[in-house]
Amino acid sequence: MIRTMIKELDDLELALQSASGAERTALIEKREALAMRFGQLTPEQKVLMARYPRRPKVNHYIDALFTDFFVQRGDRQCREDTSILGGIALFHGRPVTVLGHKKGSTIEENMACNFGMPGPEGYRKALRMMKQAEKFGRPIITFIDTPGAYPGMEAEERGQGEAIARNLMEMSRLRVPVISIVTGEGSSGGALALGVADRVLMLENAYYSVVTPEGCASILWKDPKKRDEACAALKLTAQDLLGFGVIDGIIPEAVGGAQRDTQTLFAAIDEAIARELAGLDALSAQELVEQRYAKYRKIGLA
Amino acid sequence: MTTCPACGHEMTQAAWHAQLFVCPNCGAHQPISARERLLSLADENTLCEIGADVVGKDVLSFPGYESKLSAQREKTGMQEAVMTAQMKIGGRDAVVCVLDSQFFMGSMGIGVGEKVTQAIEYAAAKSLPLIIFSASGGARMQEGFFSLMQMAKTSAAVAEFSEKGGLFISVLTHPTTGGVTASFASLGDIMLAEPNALIGFAGPRVIEQTIGQRLPEGFQRSEFQQAHGFVDQIVPRGEMKNVLASLLKLHEGGVRRA
Repeated sequence: MIRTMIKELDDLELALQSASGAERTALIEKREALAMRFGQLTPEQKVLMARYPRRPKVNHYIDALFTDFFVQRGDRQCREDTSILGGIALFHGRPVTVLGHKKGSTIEENMACNFGMPGPEGYRKALRMMKQAEKFGRPIITFIDTPGAYPGMEAEERGQGEAIARNLMEMSRLRVPVISIVTGEGSSGGALALGVADRVLMLENAYYSVVTPEGCASILWKDPKKRDEACAALKLTAQDLLGFGVIDGIIPEAVGGAQRDTQTLFAAIDEAIARELAGLDALSAQELVEQRYAKYRKIGLA
Repeated sequence: MTTCPACGHEMTQAAWHAQLFVCPNCGAHQPISARERLLSLADENTLCEIGADVVGKDVLSFPGYESKLSAQREKTGMQEAVMTAQMKIGGRDAVVCVLDSQFFMGSMGIGVGEKVTQAIEYAAAKSLPLIIFSASGGARMQEGFFSLMQMAKTSAAVAEFSEKGGLFISVLTHPTTGGVTASFASLGDIMLAEPNALIGFAGPRVIEQTIGQRLPEGFQRSEFQQAHGFVDQIVPRGEMKNVLASLLKLHEGGVRRA
């Protein structure tokens, strides 16, 4: 359904390029009607938007928003986890550490990065990069887009739970600014392990949840097909979470999703990062840590 | 009379309680309530419960959650899946926090996260050692994003407590999984486990569905976690008080240099 709508919009835009007169007016009306539908997406439709394969991925954000990117690999213990991409780069000419979950746009790309599902090595690599950022006084920007940490045997043997826990603990004490942007799927502890931040922003059609909707339906109702009910019940959309006051802002997407008009999207993210960094720069390391603690301390307490 | 669910051994109810729900025949550790666990550890007349009024809430208006919560409260007589107390163990003070798997699978929502955090902050404020017994199916689905954030909150509290030099002994009991494993439960200075407890991030069923094969016997059990480097010692329930008392003693008299 979402894919049909996106296809319809793509076709309309294409037709508009050569249309004129009455035909053009009709097409514009059709496009407006479609835009209305995109403006009223249900939670389950938003989840599908968040997962749409052509949506920009962390490598696109890094390419567009940063310069001089130097990729860093490996956890220095046993391996390189390709489901986390990150390194050092310049943002507006200033050194930062940037990292995020790596998803692909095609099956081949996704196989190469395990569909954005890190093992403990990925989280330990991320932590290594973040501690290094702290050492050199670089702000940290993280891009979150994962269906969750990988539930495999080896991941368990090497301490998936411990790796995530360690990141949560260490991130809470980082003495440099941390900004997280949920660009697609923000699912479970596997997302949060890159997300204990001073500012948490979400793209308009991203979601952030304790579990995937399918996982929730399967656990609570023993029926993964009840996904749509779970999407509604979990209140996982950016709009829901901003309404609860538990995220700091929403970055708008073009009608039809983040993959359309990426230039405007990148400009909006660029501006958001610059704005948030400017605010956080005014704080001392001690204030950063105290305010981050207070931010998570009060979530859920009315 | 009652029978051990693992081996069918018969014994009296009184014996079963006296054994702390550990079968004298096969050694299987069955679930123990948070209250009985606390009582089994405290020196006589030293137990003082704290934070009894902290409870979870239906913050998302999640379908069916409110009635399920009421049913759990009625069934267990507890308000939430965790109890905290200050007590003496072998003559030494400690804050002990116990998750109870019999209340909502010990799942962590705002109530559990808040109570655990308060226990950590209390231990920090009083400069007392902290002991947390985990038993949990993970984050509580019905509180959605708010449950997820309890992982960050509790881990941040452990970090602050640890920076101040506080001792945190984490005891993993059956089962400790999901968001509890992936937060405070894995962050102890000392990691203990009861025998044969299921300990992991992903549940065995999810892993089997993902990899399309059966997991080997003993996968994610305490002994497995110890062999892979995540647990210092496996301690049978009957020896727990003595081991904890000894650990408290071992952490006295250290001097942090400025």
